[in-house]
Amino acid sequence: MDYIFLQNYWWFLVSLLGALLVFLLFVQGGNSLLFTLGRNDEERTLLVNSTGRKWEFTFTTLVTFGGAFFASFPLFYSTSFGGAYWLWMIILFSFVLQAVSYEFQSKLGNLLGKRTYQCFLVANGIVGPLLLGGAVATFFTGSHFLVDKENMGNELMPVISSWANEWHGLDALANPWNLVLGFAVFFLARLLGNLYFINNISDNELIPRCRRQLITDAVPFLILFSGFIVRTLLADGFAVNPDTKEVYMEPCKYLINLTDMPLLLVLFLVGVAGVLWGIGKAAFSHTATRGIWLAGPGVVLTVLSLLLCVGYNDTAYYPSTSDLQSSLTLANSCSSEFTLRTMAYVSILIPFVLAYIIYAWHAIDRKPITTNELEEDEHAY
Amino acid sequence: MFEHIDTSLIDWSRAQFALTAMYHWLFVPLTLGLAVIMGLMETFYVTTGKVFWKDTARFWMKLFGINFAVGVATGLILEFEFGTNWSNYSWFVGDIFGAPLAIEGILAFFMEATFIAVMFFGWNKVSKRFHLASTWLTGLGATISAWWILVANAWMQHPVGMAFNPETVRNEMVDFTAVALSPMAVAKFFHTVLSCWIVGAVFVVGVSCWYLLRNRQKEFALGSIKVGASVGLFAAVATAWTGDISGVQVAKLQPMKIAAAEGLYNGGNGMPFTIVGDLKVPKMLSILATHDIEGYVPGINNLLEGGYQLPDGTTALSAEEKIKRGQIAITALDAFRKAHKAGDETTASTARKTLDENVEYFGYGYIKDPSHLVPNVELTFWSFRIMVGLGGYFILFFIIVLIMSKKEKLAYMRWLQQAALWTIPLAYIGSQAGWVVAEVGRQPWAIQDMLPVGAAISKLQTGSVQLTFFIFLILFTVLLCAETGIMLKAIKKGPEETKNRK
Repeated sequence: MDYIFLQNYWWFLVSLLGALLVFLLFVQGGNSLLFTLGRNDEERTLLVNSTGRKWEFTFTTLVTFGGAFFASFPLFYSTSFGGAYWLWMIILFSFVLQAVSYEFQSKLGNLLGKRTYQCFLVANGIVGPLLLGGAVATFFTGSHFLVDKENMGNELMPVISSWANEWHGLDALANPWNLVLGFAVFFLARLLGNLYFINNISDNELIPRCRRQLITDAVPFLILFSGFIVRTLLADGFAVNPDTKEVYMEPCKYLINLTDMPLLLVLFLVGVAGVLWGIGKAAFSHTATRGIWLAGPGVVLTVLSLLLCVGYNDTAYYPSTSDLQSSLTLANSCSSEFTLRTMAYVSILIPFVLAYIIYAWHAIDRKPITTNELEEDEHAY
Repeated sequence: MFEHIDTSLIDWSRAQFALTAMYHWLFVPLTLGLAVIMGLMETFYVTTGKVFWKDTARFWMKLFGINFAVGVATGLILEFEFGTNWSNYSWFVGDIFGAPLAIEGILAFFMEATFIAVMFFGWNKVSKRFHLASTWLTGLGATISAWWILVANAWMQHPVGMAFNPETVRNEMVDFTAVALSPMAVAKFFHTVLSCWIVGAVFVVGVSCWYLLRNRQKEFALGSIKVGASVGLFAAVATAWTGDISGVQVAKLQPMKIAAAEGLYNGGNGMPFTIVGDLKVPKMLSILATHDIEGYVPGINNLLEGGYQLPDGTTALSAEEKIKRGQIAITALDAFRKAHKAGDETTASTARKTLDENVEYFGYGYIKDPSHLVPNVELTFWSFRIMVGLGGYFILFFIIVLIMSKKEKLAYMRWLQQAALWTIPLAYIGSQAGWVVAEVGRQPWAIQDMLPVGAAISKLQTGSVQLTFFIFLILFTVLLCAETGIMLKAIKKGPEETKNRK
């Protein structure tokens, strides 16, 4: 395990966590549909309880994604979070509201009333995927920041990373392509939410509605996502000269990356096929319930391949459009070899963690949720 | 024109971190404490088969769930705040500090998230034993999480296992075991987690006494009190013991914190421990801080002026000398980088040598005036007294509760029931005071001697941080009110009995 291998290995793990997070955003997508799908209180209760048994996984994946990124690529953590302050803060505020809303919404004495907490869930369901998608898009489109490690030798202004404008991350929303991916992720989360409900809930009125809604969300997703992908593959990308470490613009860089790393191309195509198959299966059948188990892994593979594409093959994964040479690459932003190696040993436990998650998930989800079950369950939300 | 960091930005960044950390700490102790108590209760259910214990455990689990949700919500912010508001810190020590956070996520948070779902939704879906294991694993996950975050905190108070690398301009880990098992981390973990058990125990005893005052759920209340007070007494004694270990470590490694906690300006040998005002216990401070009746304890002035003998035989430097050496280190870093970039390796290696000789004072170079090295003495002094005083009170409280509950007199002792109810807020105050001592007492250091808070921040407009400060203040206050409202309703409703079900 040499230093380069460890950097790539940790980029793979961070990308995998990111990919799993996008899949798990089905919780947010489902919540954004709370009042669209749930026509009455009983239906909304079913929906809330369905995602309510999974939200902790999404939340924990978000936190672990942050922690793993911090440990393996600390310069990204400091530059992006400290610079794109408002973009991240708004995302965080929405997740704070979401975290309490399940537990609080139907409880007596909750101060704000059930409807407010459900609106918090909807707000997080819209804002979370939209802004996370927008933030990920900046990996391909660039951000406005400066990094200067020499500053540490300046007693008066030792801060290394700074944002080049006073919008602190909100400027990402001024780039239409960031919005395109943001909305694509938003509709993706919604269609995953539909697929998850179809799998997890047993209700004769609600589920056909989910199947119709699935198409409504899939169409804009496919248009926006294909638009972003075509643009990204054809646009100039942020390449790194492996000898001089200089960052420069290279035409069709991401397309070249996919052809240079055909395995990624395969992952991407298999992932997209999985998503399409999952959508098709659930949308055009009246009985198929397992679409989520095709589309979900499909999303993971697709996002994984895209994140690997933006990190590997001499590419700057967090580029700066204000100063190209400030751009972050795996090599200039990662932790020391010792830390990456130590953490790699810890990562051996990940399959074990995944195994118990799958086991416990299965133990709880053996039967789909019904209204009758919720009436008996003392802990129902 | 030279750029410099606005001091109001530093203050608002600190205020925001303090606010969010203190809010988070309103919820964490109850999570850790209740986890043990309800785990024991469910164990009694599984081993004895008595449904009484199942109902009792389920009631406390319900309160656990309400509290847990806000704990999770407030905790999210703390992790990301290292990036958003302390970005320079994140780069300067991220190589060491990030690792415990990542391990916390991978090992602890997923354990919590997975098994809490089984604990709440699995009663009729999984076997009794699997359920019991899930309850304990939820608590274990929370405790492991506490371990790693306290490893990270202890490392900031006493950085070990790393070396400064001028090429990357940061500190890098060289010994993981030294970080993960540093004596300060071990002491901090036990002291903190056991003090959380006190909060959980006081909460259980206090709420149960409320039922006794109302003549309701007597059997449930007395059963809960027995478990709660036993856990509480053990925890209170163990917290005092680990607190003593912590005290000696702090006296050795962060002498300024002890001096501030004692309000000691001029130290010496055989120092007395000040209780309040002129009420002093002779020689006690020396005994507590050095475990030696005539041990030397430096005061604030001694620490600033230096000149006294350190335990290793060398003479302590004055603050001004340390600042000077810090500045030499920073200048040498600058010289090293410039020479290295220009390919002038001779100059670079001379600069590196100067840097290495002075690097232990690196952080002092960013300190503008020796007076900035003194934390807020009043706040540290009083918080220390509140923490220690309440710690002693809790031991006494649990002893009385246990004796009275053994003698079966507790159900008739109104005054004790009232006292137990009013002990609940005291537990929270004691717990918060402990963190005030630990965190205010170490100012101005984000990392002891290496990085002061002023050099650790993100470069933001003060207005942005002010705005997020007030958003958090309002948001968390509303959540606290909602949480308290829900808790009170759930307590008023009381435990539910299982009908016809095993």
